[in-house]
Amino acid sequence: MNKLKEKIMQVVFAMCACASILSVALICLFMLTGGVPAMLEIGIGNFLGGTSWKPLEGLFGILPMIIGSVYVTAGALIIGVPIGLLCAVFLARFCPKKAYKVIKPAVELLAGIPSIVYGFFGLVVIVPFLRDTIGAGKSVLAASIILGIMVLPTIISVSESAIRAVPDSYYEGALALGATKERSIFRAVLPAARSGIMAGVVLGIGRVIGETMAVVMVAGNQAIIPGGITEGVRTLTANVVLEMAYAEGRHQEALIATAVVLFVFILMINLCFSLIKRKGGDK
Amino acid sequence: MKKSKAVNQKRATNQNKLIQIFARIKARMYEKHVGSKIIRGMVWFSAAITVGILAFIILYILVKGIPNLTPELFEWKSTTKNQSMMPSIVNTLLMTVFTLIIAIPIGVGAAIYMVEYAKRGSKLVSIVRITTETLSGIPSIVYGLFGYLFFVLACGWKYSMLAGALTLAIMILPIIIRTTEEALMAVPDSFREGSFGLGAGKLRTVFLIVLPDAIPGILSGVTLAIGRIVGETAALIFTAGTVAKVPSSVFNSTSTLAVHMYVLLNEGLHTEKAYATAVILLLVVLFINGISKFAVSRLTRNRGEQ
Repeated sequence: MNKLKEKIMQVVFAMCACASILSVALICLFMLTGGVPAMLEIGIGNFLGGTSWKPLEGLFGILPMIIGSVYVTAGALIIGVPIGLLCAVFLARFCPKKAYKVIKPAVELLAGIPSIVYGFFGLVVIVPFLRDTIGAGKSVLAASIILGIMVLPTIISVSESAIRAVPDSYYEGALALGATKERSIFRAVLPAARSGIMAGVVLGIGRVIGETMAVVMVAGNQAIIPGGITEGVRTLTANVVLEMAYAEGRHQEALIATAVVLFVFILMINLCFSLIKRKGGDK
Repeated sequence: MKKSKAVNQKRATNQNKLIQIFARIKARMYEKHVGSKIIRGMVWFSAAITVGILAFIILYILVKGIPNLTPELFEWKSTTKNQSMMPSIVNTLLMTVFTLIIAIPIGVGAAIYMVEYAKRGSKLVSIVRITTETLSGIPSIVYGLFGYLFFVLACGWKYSMLAGALTLAIMILPIIIRTTEEALMAVPDSFREGSFGLGAGKLRTVFLIVLPDAIPGILSGVTLAIGRIVGETAALIFTAGTVAKVPSSVFNSTSTLAVHMYVLLNEGLHTEKAYATAVILLLVVLFINGISKFAVSRLTRNRGEQ
């Protein structure tokens, strides 16, 4: 009787473990069957390479959104990576113990703020500020700033643990050779932590590309390829969330196909992430 | 006695001299490397910016939002006139409870299997690891569309609390599995050995010995998950819908606080009310973060005693 109970529970636990496999399989299945047929009917070239998105005229080209996502991601990284990396160095090597107890939770809190609140903050603070100073308003720049802030916690926490994982002997060796503290860190410790930092950046790219609510609020959402950083932009995620509510038929399928493109991007980024992580582990 | 005092004093002065010499060497080193000073400045500046941004966001929203917290925003029924957020607050609570009821047993069960039952290097475990990593990388808008296609359309549940809760449960599964796994692995093997030695079976050991010790770790994962649920918008718009009413059953549409805020902003007429909603959201997040910190500190204190 007892033996039977043990066996049953083992099977139950194993089934729980399979839940995540089942979820991924279902997500792949439903996204692909929902989006790929429309993609094929529109024509993969027309869909991925088309520059005009006019659902009413039956034109479904998502190139502007792909480029928009790439622009915004690049902008967010340009803002987020230097600050995040330096802040990680600060936390790992410079921070006084007492200050660490305040700053570390602050970074974690930054990760906990809901994206809709970030979007709202961007809408009421950053957009008016940009409009008054450089006349940009809702633009690539505004989206990049907000996403640059949102990506900070990811980059900081992954980079910090990568820097901490470098053996102290690297740092001490450099100091003993007469290098200053900063030189030792930036020339000896950081290169050794490179793969971990890269992993953090890649993870950050995944976060930025998938971010929806904050971007919708501040990016302007025009479905055209932006000519500069002060112009409005629409990302892949924004495209879905803006039009899904009223889309029907082919239009809806095209939106699902947009999400499939996003999904494939994310899967590729995840793959990169685990490859980098594995490579870092081998060393 | 006196002699040793004199020796100590001499040692101290020697030490002071050494410190002075080192300081001088250091100063000369830095004179040669102005770049080092600049870099140091930049490192401190970046940390200041990070903390400054957080403080600015929180203070700005609190200062602008708290004056907008009027009593009519907490009226029981939401109408187009008062746009009360009370139903949304209740819905957020209900949604959180439902999601956790679904996700915790599955997540904890999965972690138990991976840590306690699976053999070393088991194929199943490595596949589960890969899939949980994949799940944690998927953006919430993709979850939202999946929930719409699967729960809303294929299962025929329409926009409902159930569809929303199940979508969110899949979304927080990786958080729960990972934190529970870590908590279980942190339980010393001697606990298990002791229990087996006393003749307890595997099941008894897991539920009465290992799990109780891992609870603070699991709780910190659960609070993380709650934070995610409370702040989620994109995954809920197309699964739970946007009706600002307390649902009479799990098959009715509901809007959580974050979704309510999105709707307010989308209509563009209720900025003050959006401020007020942002304050409540922010306070909830701060509160949850505090709880999670508390759970973690309990955990580490327990470990310290052993």
